[in-house]
Amino acid sequence: MAVEVRIPTILRTFTGGAKAVRGDGATLQDVIDDIEARHPGLKERLVEENGLRRFVNVYVNDEDVRFGGGLDTPTADGDVVVVLPAVAGG
Amino acid sequence: MLKIARGHVEEIISHARADHPDEACGVIIGAAGSDQPTRLVRMINADRSPTFFRFDPQEQFRLYQEMDANDEEIVVVYHSHTMTEAFPSRTDIDLAAEPQAHYLLVSTARSGTQDGPVEVRSYRILDGVVTEEEIEITE
Repeated sequence: MAVEVRIPTILRTFTGGAKAVRGDGATLQDVIDDIEARHPGLKERLVEENGLRRFVNVYVNDEDVRFGGGLDTPTADGDVVVVLPAVAGG
Repeated sequence: MLKIARGHVEEIISHARADHPDEACGVIIGAAGSDQPTRLVRMINADRSPTFFRFDPQEQFRLYQEMDANDEEIVVVYHSHTMTEAFPSRTDIDLAAEPQAHYLLVSTARSGTQDGPVEVRSYRILDGVVTEEEIEITE
């Protein structure tokens, strides 16, 4: 078991086209670091210096982490992380 | 080229007029890989702004769950410009993140909330490059 991370279309260039990848870690931050090791470049598209990128939404088990623990949100085997680019513009 | 039903175009114009002077936004979803827009969903503009839009993150997640369960995807992302022409803004281009989608823009700058001329144009936006495309309206 591990954490399943759902990858949006636009970031599948980093995962060889895979819609989901597996990662390990006790927090969202750890999981992102873990998948970065196998899919280099992905992390930079998700996080910046001060946390999650503003126009990236991340949900752990259906909860938007921006309203919870952010990158410190705990994760465990069997959890599902969904990454959705914000649909936004001007 | 975008093939879109007349009813969907009318619904988008109606939504844009209703929300004017704020920007309106939404999607038409369809079967994954089909490039056929079949079901229109009005989305909340969480910014409620005349110059910016962003889908409400909770509503966007519910949409994602529905699409995931039904093997659907976003085929059209639409939004309105209420003071400028129906051409993607710098922000639209920078934030475009649905490479499979047609980006449909409606401008209500000339007629506001009233019946009158509206501009409807469609684009692909990939890696910062905007390409306008034809719209074929189907009955």
